[in-house]
Amino acid sequence: MSYEEKGTWVYLVTSAGAYVVYLAIVLGQVQRMPVAHVSYVPVLLWTAGASIVASIVGRVVFETARPSGSRKSDVRDREINRFGEHASRWFVVAGAAAGLFMAMARWEYFWIANAIYLGFVLWAVAGSVVKLTAYHRGL
Amino acid sequence: MIVGKSKPTRLINSIRALRFASGEMTQAQLAERIGVTRQTVIAIEQGRYSPSLEMAFQIAHVFKVPLDEVFQYPGTDGER
Repeated sequence: MSYEEKGTWVYLVTSAGAYVVYLAIVLGQVQRMPVAHVSYVPVLLWTAGASIVASIVGRVVFETARPSGSRKSDVRDREINRFGEHASRWFVVAGAAAGLFMAMARWEYFWIANAIYLGFVLWAVAGSVVKLTAYHRGL
Repeated sequence: MIVGKSKPTRLINSIRALRFASGEMTQAQLAERIGVTRQTVIAIEQGRYSPSLEMAFQIAHVFKVPLDEVFQYPGTDGER
């Protein structure tokens, strides 16, 4: 497994894991109070920040456990990265469009922020899955 | 010649045979010569990645053979 493929695995796990933690905390609050009172902002910022830290630590740990022959990305890594970003970009577009229409319809900030956040998470997860599939089955 | 399980390309190659004919050159040595990772050499050998024309020529230069001794692109019966 190449250095870049390991990084993609770590990014997938940390992105998905952070969102699961965020959902578990926020959904617990949603059941107890109206969404206008749900304190989602600190949870969102903390889980997003934690996922960045976890991806850095995870990459170091993975590399220590299974060292790569080279830490440079090559032309295939770059092609796979572009392919994954291109294939998954629609999730960001969909999240932004959903946020735009929800704002125009005067939805609660909670729903707007969560629609956009979900778009980013799906972009990260789908992009990683596409890249890992390309690493294993070819471009 | 290597035929992968799920080949996304029809391009076939003789890299594995050429490596062994060149003093049992390892995948890592070939990768270093053409400036890619060993995983990329493995992917090319297994038909999971089609190299650029430039990289294909680099591989042929390493083995000191013409390009069509390294890579072949079989046509269908109707094309010939």
